[in-house]
Amino acid sequence: MADPSALSPLAGRSPSSRADGAAGALPPGVGQGGVVMAERALVGKLVLRGDADDAGFRDAVRGALGFDLPLAANTASGAESTTALWLGPNEWLVATAPGAETAAAVSLKVALSGRHASVTDVSDSRTVIRLSGANARDVLAKGCPIDLHPRVFGPGRVAQSLVARAGVILHQVDESPTFDLYVVASFAGYLWDWLVDAAAEFGVAAGR
Amino acid sequence: MSEQSHRLDAAAAPGRIDRGHPLRFVFNGRGYEGFAGDTLASALIANGVHLVGRSFKYHRPRGIVGSGSEEPNALVQLRTGERTEPNVRATQAELFDGLIASSQNCWPSVGFDLGAINDMASRILPAGFYYKTFMWPPSAWMFYEGLIRRAAGLGRAPDDPDPDRYEKRFAHCDVLVVGAGPAGLAAALAAARAGARVVLCDEQAEMGGQLLAHPRGVGAVIDGRPALDWASAALGELASNKDVTLLPRTTCFGYYDHNALALAERVADHVAKPRQFQPRQRLWKLRARRVVLATGAIERPLVFRDNDRPGIMLAGSAAAYGMRYGAAVGRRVLVFTNNDSAYRAALALFDAGVGIAGIVDLRPAASGKPVEDARARGIEVLAGWALTATDGPSKVRAALAMQLDEAGAGVQGPIRRIECDAIAMSGGWNPAVHLYSQARGKLRYDGAQGIFLPGRTEQALAVAGSCNGAWSLGACLAEGAAAGAAAAEAAGFTAASAPAPAAAEENDSPARLLWVVPSDRPLGEGGKHFVDFQNDVTAADIGLAVREGYKSVEHLKRYTTSGMGTDQGKLGNVHALGILAEVTAAEPGAVGTTTFRPPYTPVGFGTLAGRDVGALADPVRTTAMHGWHVAAGAVFEDVGQWKRPHYYPRPGESLHDAVNREVKAARTGVGILDASTLGKIDIQGPDAAEFLNRIYTNAWTKLEIGRARYGFMCREDGMVFDDGVTTRLAAGHFHMTTTTGGAARVLSWLEEWAQTEWPELRVYMTSVTEQWAVAAIAGPHARALLAKVGTGIDLDAKAFPFMAMREGNVAGIPARVFRISFTGELSYEINVPARYGMALWQALMAAGAEFGITPYGTEAMHVLRAEKGFVIVGQDTDGTVTPIDLGMDWIVSKAKDFIGKRSLSRADTARGDRKQLVGLLTDDPRVVLPEGGQIVAELKPEPPMAMLGHVTSSYFSANLDRSIALALVRNGRQRIGAALHVPLADRNIRVKVVEPKFIDPEGRRQDG
Repeated sequence: MADPSALSPLAGRSPSSRADGAAGALPPGVGQGGVVMAERALVGKLVLRGDADDAGFRDAVRGALGFDLPLAANTASGAESTTALWLGPNEWLVATAPGAETAAAVSLKVALSGRHASVTDVSDSRTVIRLSGANARDVLAKGCPIDLHPRVFGPGRVAQSLVARAGVILHQVDESPTFDLYVVASFAGYLWDWLVDAAAEFGVAAGR
Repeated sequence: MSEQSHRLDAAAAPGRIDRGHPLRFVFNGRGYEGFAGDTLASALIANGVHLVGRSFKYHRPRGIVGSGSEEPNALVQLRTGERTEPNVRATQAELFDGLIASSQNCWPSVGFDLGAINDMASRILPAGFYYKTFMWPPSAWMFYEGLIRRAAGLGRAPDDPDPDRYEKRFAHCDVLVVGAGPAGLAAALAAARAGARVVLCDEQAEMGGQLLAHPRGVGAVIDGRPALDWASAALGELASNKDVTLLPRTTCFGYYDHNALALAERVADHVAKPRQFQPRQRLWKLRARRVVLATGAIERPLVFRDNDRPGIMLAGSAAAYGMRYGAAVGRRVLVFTNNDSAYRAALALFDAGVGIAGIVDLRPAASGKPVEDARARGIEVLAGWALTATDGPSKVRAALAMQLDEAGAGVQGPIRRIECDAIAMSGGWNPAVHLYSQARGKLRYDGAQGIFLPGRTEQALAVAGSCNGAWSLGACLAEGAAAGAAAAEAAGFTAASAPAPAAAEENDSPARLLWVVPSDRPLGEGGKHFVDFQNDVTAADIGLAVREGYKSVEHLKRYTTSGMGTDQGKLGNVHALGILAEVTAAEPGAVGTTTFRPPYTPVGFGTLAGRDVGALADPVRTTAMHGWHVAAGAVFEDVGQWKRPHYYPRPGESLHDAVNREVKAARTGVGILDASTLGKIDIQGPDAAEFLNRIYTNAWTKLEIGRARYGFMCREDGMVFDDGVTTRLAAGHFHMTTTTGGAARVLSWLEEWAQTEWPELRVYMTSVTEQWAVAAIAGPHARALLAKVGTGIDLDAKAFPFMAMREGNVAGIPARVFRISFTGELSYEINVPARYGMALWQALMAAGAEFGITPYGTEAMHVLRAEKGFVIVGQDTDGTVTPIDLGMDWIVSKAKDFIGKRSLSRADTARGDRKQLVGLLTDDPRVVLPEGGQIVAELKPEPPMAMLGHVTSSYFSANLDRSIALALVRNGRQRIGAALHVPLADRNIRVKVVEPKFIDPEGRRQDG
């Protein structure tokens, strides 16, 4: 996506900046990086809805995406740069590489034609904040009521919850740990500022 | 004063302080020195300072009574300036270098306090004094309240913003252990060894509980080694376990349903200033699968005459000051007790080098090992005696003792005066059942011991140690280990069957229960028997309250204020109940207790607020074009959490100047509005049209593809719930819009009906509110502007009619263009993927320059729509208004069913004289009616007047050069043409009722 007119909700933010310039913004030099933060800008996102009990639906989706949809509640599956997050018994969020959403939507629609299913492009509805580093769980614990301890939550797990006062879809990507926070675009600035402030005591660095 | 005059010899009483690390501090303007490890209270005692405050009501001089969170008297104003904090218990304030504290509730000084005149006047300040005195005349209460507050204040809140950070966090564990005394340590060890995730919290700076300070603990032997060595090994093992979280300085203050608990951690209260980014305090919101309460016990005082002089304190606390802090509470300490534990305190103090003036024991036949040990040291024991009075103006200097009669109801024989400079008293120990009770655990009364013990609970918790009535060290360890292992097992782990840590069992002789210690004068004469030190409640007050009819424990508490205040009666509550029972000739168990409520100790507002302050107090939602609005100098309006431009003032313009300019531009040139916040829902499925048919009041099945329709949704009761324009994108695909505020509510509403009522309908909904950024352009030049930026759409009015949607590329950006209008002008709502919102807006602004394009905000939007009589759901409706009340019968289908239809035929909903939407024009076109103004037909000199309805929307319309208003008026449609009145406080405004359409009622302008 080299289109300069396309702006993600957090364009121009860094872990040392807060939009409001309020007290709590990090002074220069802080950033040894107990926490690493980055926006995964303009990741493609599709909401897929369909009947999980229908083998034909599942097969069609597998054909289009190349992997099985996650059927267990609050889990994820994926291949290469595409990930499907379980949101409900008949609802998934399919995340693709930036720009790949249109092709993915077309192949899903073609595969599902004639079935009762829906594919909706919501790429701009949310953005993704990637949070990693040794203290990532400590930062999330300040605002997320879900238990993220490795014994009960791990890679491939998904939760729809709150971080501070922003609703998020939380996806643990790996054991390091790395978390992707899918946040509604209009809340992204608030959540970013809140996370930077929450991470300040651990040191925070820019990720990618 | 000499340096640390009352510090004990290091060899005899080493304590847990660091004598190599002196700290300077200031109390009441005077400099002192203490040591690292001291509390403010222990450092004051080490300096011989006992007078720390004045009591709440009588302003009597008061000293330190306890040594922990139970302290009722030693409340100080800690620190100065922006960090100052009132009501800090000196017994919990850890000393740091440079600490500054002062007494509260005294003026001009703690030594000479004018308020003490209340003490001399105490015969006119009985229980219920405030209720009796300040009730009349009722109008004077505000005046009285000011006086009472000034007289009774317990310290000052800071005036400046708090400079420190406060944190909140969630936490989860298998086993939470509250209290790190011997029982808690044993429980945590057992649970952690089983593999459970354990949180162990303790309100003190150092874990170990009574092993640090209690005569039973210090010097005891556990598993064959000194108790403190055992504790230190236990803590080391716990600290090295990654699944164990140790939280010292952390008070578990609230126990809620389903094992949700709240903990306040004092992260940096013990230093002068927190490190950068370090919170001062942290609130833990914890969910535990099992809880072990090992909260210990709190010693209770004895209620004897003038038991409140500085220097009179709990025996266990006197021992704690000696053993834990190496500080002597006096040089000649008199011990007064009804049980064995005070003997151990006396022995410990004696062995640390403190002079003991004697032991006065209420029990005539005091015997057993502690008694023998005391006598062996040459300490005189007066068995069957009582203290009947004390003496000393600002600190106790002597006590009077007499022999008790057999029943304990009176005293007899000669009076003995015993010189002393401190009195260590013990009325036994109350299990600290506060959290247990908060958890809705039932208490049971143990009549032999005179204490309330945990009874039955429904929560997943266990109680261990002296909180459960286990008094010996061995029993505490055994109960703790068993409870910890059982908690881990209940949480799904397997605990190894290891023996509990072992310590010697020692059995005490029974205590003698005397709720009030008699003196040689009737109760209430010649001195006071204090029950509640903080609230100045005496035994006589309780008797008076009962005589006045306040016999219920709840009434007693409120009438006398016993058990209220910052300490919530931690010392005196059980005595108050005991006295109440005695006076009413009931069993204390039958009298019951008042309810224990959170918090266990006070929690600061900062801790509860955490970082939800300032810019992070609440989310601020912004659109893709927000940066442009900011740069353009927009004044913003909060619409829910959204920041929307309210208006765009030019230099020197007021709100009204700007709005007048903006509304004119939209009707004469072209205006542009950021409409991104409108709710948008993508609806797909073969039954989508039928679904909309049932949701909306009008018909949808015949809507052509590419065409849009306005619709109302009603609730089941027929009242308007939301409105918006919905467009058919394909046979089974619709794009719905909702109000900004209703977006989430409407989606839930649709899902509820689809999932629970009509599962047979094949339809899926997805929120796309934030997928699309929306620029609405309105005005005669709107079409020319679109043509100029380029769209790839045939913009001819016939090819792209009103209420249609076309897809194209607006300024090169893929877009859905809707020809719909909330202004009545020729108008297009251009939807583009939000990433392009800013680019679209900038392109329109650049191209619109030649047309004088004018950005307008929500205020102009409101005026423009009101000029057309378009309603705003939630402003012109309030949940009691049907579409028909709004004069929109045409939107309600007679042919099909929809949610709310049946309710519209209810007698009340169908009657013709309901409140109906009308327009109002003031006689004077300059006068703008206040929104909310009541409307009457018949003016009277003053209310009550029959109210017909109210003004819902009211503006000055620059386009009409006069004011306009919308209103809901009873039988309003029939009143069109009539005159009504809007009576205000200072004038009455005459209005004419008109059709609610002020501009272009034929709707010609929307075609341009």
